[in-house]
Amino acid sequence: MGSKGDDARAIGTAREGGSRSTAAASATGGTPAVAVPAGRERINHMPGAGTARAEAISAGRREMLNDAHRNEIKTLAERGLRRPRIGADAVCESLLRQGVDVWFGYPGGVVLPLYDVLGDYPELRHILVRHEQGAAHAADGYARATGEVGVCLGTSGPGATNLVTGIGNAMLDSIPMVAITGNVVASLLGKDAFQEIDITGITLPCTKHNYLVRDANDIPRVFAEAFHIARTGRPGPVHIDLTKDALMGVCSAEHPETLDLPGFKPTLEGNFRQVKLAAAEIARAKRPVILAGHGVLISDATEELRELAEKAQIPVAHTLLGVSAMDETHPLSLGFVGMHGWKHVNKAIQSADLLIALGMRFDDRVTGHVPTFAPYARIIHVDIDPAEIGKNVAVEIPIVGDVKRVLTALLPQVQPVTAAERADYLHEIAEWRAESEKAPWHGAGAWRNGQLSADFVVCKIGEASGHDATIVADVGQNQMWTARYAGFRRPKSHISSGGLGTMGFGLPAAMGAAIGRPDKETWAIVGDGGLQMTVQELMTLVQDQIPVKIALLDNHKLGMVRQWQELVYAGNYHSSHLLGPDWCKLAEAYGMPGFRAETPEEVEGAIAAARAVNGPALVHFVIAEQQNVYPMMPAGKGLSDLLEEQFEEPKQ
Amino acid sequence: MSASGQTPGGNADPAQPAPAHTAAPPRAMPGHGEAHRHVLVAIVLNKPGVLNRVASLMRARNFNIETLAVSHTDQPEVSRMTITLRGDDVAVEQAAKQLYRLIDVLKVQDVTSDPTVEHEIALIKVRADERNRGEVLTIAEMYKTKVVDLAAESLIVEATGTESEVDALIALLRGFGIKELVRSGTVVMSRGAGSIEEAVKR
Repeated sequence: MGSKGDDARAIGTAREGGSRSTAAASATGGTPAVAVPAGRERINHMPGAGTARAEAISAGRREMLNDAHRNEIKTLAERGLRRPRIGADAVCESLLRQGVDVWFGYPGGVVLPLYDVLGDYPELRHILVRHEQGAAHAADGYARATGEVGVCLGTSGPGATNLVTGIGNAMLDSIPMVAITGNVVASLLGKDAFQEIDITGITLPCTKHNYLVRDANDIPRVFAEAFHIARTGRPGPVHIDLTKDALMGVCSAEHPETLDLPGFKPTLEGNFRQVKLAAAEIARAKRPVILAGHGVLISDATEELRELAEKAQIPVAHTLLGVSAMDETHPLSLGFVGMHGWKHVNKAIQSADLLIALGMRFDDRVTGHVPTFAPYARIIHVDIDPAEIGKNVAVEIPIVGDVKRVLTALLPQVQPVTAAERADYLHEIAEWRAESEKAPWHGAGAWRNGQLSADFVVCKIGEASGHDATIVADVGQNQMWTARYAGFRRPKSHISSGGLGTMGFGLPAAMGAAIGRPDKETWAIVGDGGLQMTVQELMTLVQDQIPVKIALLDNHKLGMVRQWQELVYAGNYHSSHLLGPDWCKLAEAYGMPGFRAETPEEVEGAIAAARAVNGPALVHFVIAEQQNVYPMMPAGKGLSDLLEEQFEEPKQ
Repeated sequence: MSASGQTPGGNADPAQPAPAHTAAPPRAMPGHGEAHRHVLVAIVLNKPGVLNRVASLMRARNFNIETLAVSHTDQPEVSRMTITLRGDDVAVEQAAKQLYRLIDVLKVQDVTSDPTVEHEIALIKVRADERNRGEVLTIAEMYKTKVVDLAAESLIVEATGTESEVDALIALLRGFGIKELVRSGTVVMSRGAGSIEEAVKR
């Protein structure tokens, strides 16, 4: 159904088939289709007004809008303006109604009508980024830090395609986001006009849903639907493409009071029977492990998670995006699992007899080789997305539902277990833990030959900020060191690009996180490769005085690439060595202070100096070039096949 | 979600501590079972772009659509798709679940093992002149097909039936020379009073 024309063709074929089928059916003794007999109404499956079912449906539709903030919005007249209300006004009103107070964008030809009216809506803070990818990541970081929908905007053509990486990143990590693009006037669509691209075709597979709006009067409905879809159920990005004439056209449509989305009904409550089964499994288990994923943070179930862990004395492992779902100082918190996870956590999973997987999707970096994953464990899998159940790993007890609601239903049914009853099990894990936490730790600050160690830097940043800062990682070695060593205690204080693994994510996402949570200190821990991908956003930090502290872990390498080349490709270091600018001079050129630390002794001073700055600052940590992240699960291997650090001088 | 027929891996690892309970259950890889033909019926909103969404999703998720037929239903706001594809049960269940994630998809049913009426239509332009026309017509008649066009050197046979019936007829006619062939793709409807349209999640 690409267009009405397509429709007609497709239907023509099928209609022919239909009528012939009837003839064939009569030939084989079936009943041919007949007209509806007198006295019998044709059944309309859409319930009519006045029936109980219709009322229930309309109540449900009203409820859909209740999650929106429903701010009272001043009309143009109330703003003292005497111009007609156009599509661009409807966009701004919609954003305000949805509780948006900040968005990230970049203007261009076809979205200028929007920028033309933006001055009339001073409540909407627009952050001018330096590249649309930065806008998308900033909206993403904002959404992760706050739990609200992040909003970004680009113009048509290149502006739109530049957003795509950020949209894909949000899709893989289930981030609520509304991405807005402009497009050429509707009459030029499909004519290869200047800066025209089929952006809805491009975003179709990497969004939860997308819209092409050609009529200003559709804008209020589309925005209401988009925000509802983005934040409800499993969150995700929704893209809205607005033609220039939709932005400029007069809009008389009111904002909808109800929504009609018959195909979008996420299951929130877990099936009662399955929850009961889960409780029975937990009661039977001798070596249970909870695997907490991003879903725990998204559904605000961190309290319920802690209660479950404490009630049945179950140790908690985190996926990468589940880091910060539980205070890491809690005795039952184990740490993070998977390819670069802690060895004791992977061992616990491999020896578990029950895995309670909450809001996670058994990513290949968590499971490794699936046939050898958790070989003794039965699995309870709680996820809001039915498509995640059985996608990567076959599970015994699937529960589709919102983690918070499922845990709320489950908790009263869980039999309490005392620490004494689990003493042997917990003691065994504690022993593994002592061993695994000791092994690769460079707590004295030096790696080899006295060179600065990255894990030490990350640890000191965590300590200096009182483990309360929002810490945003980039992608690669810096990301793994951050997840392992920063020490997270507050929910949503850890932000990382887990699914798409987007280098260049760190700086712009930290920008969004800092704006979303101005009450918290924000650090971006980035590598020199990733920072050079989105370095232009340094200027955005300065222009808008966004107080992000950037910790640059500079090893003059694409560190994770180099690590793989060392361990998997026999030391064939091609294209993984890269030069960078003089970072302190660069920071100063952009207008923010830059500090430098080369030795363990200088680390704390540099961090303190950056924290003392009122505004953005960069700290350039010159770290060891050949330090790897250990342990490491080689690709294609399982959680039991971890490579560990060898204490010998490298050959290079 | 039962694990079946897969080699239990990893449970012989001596480095791992002995688990408290019995033998390790095998951990199967979903989607590695025996592939066979499945028929899915999807009720979708009648909106622009829905066909593209469905087709794009199937491609992105690595499913290969064999046939796809789309039409209106008796309700103007919804359309019906019949999709046939090959895969094992878990993979096809996954395909159906992924389809549900589309906002415009209202209902998906795997009717492969249900009692159904299943038909497709084929138009076959066969080479036939006065020497062999009689033979072609005999085959056409035996298969209860209709000849809808007749020219000096060719005729068009209109056949309906299940996919395998149409396959068989085409195999027979191939001997005469098929000049042109078009097939609509299977459409299917469950037998009995039940209705997928009535079951739509409204």
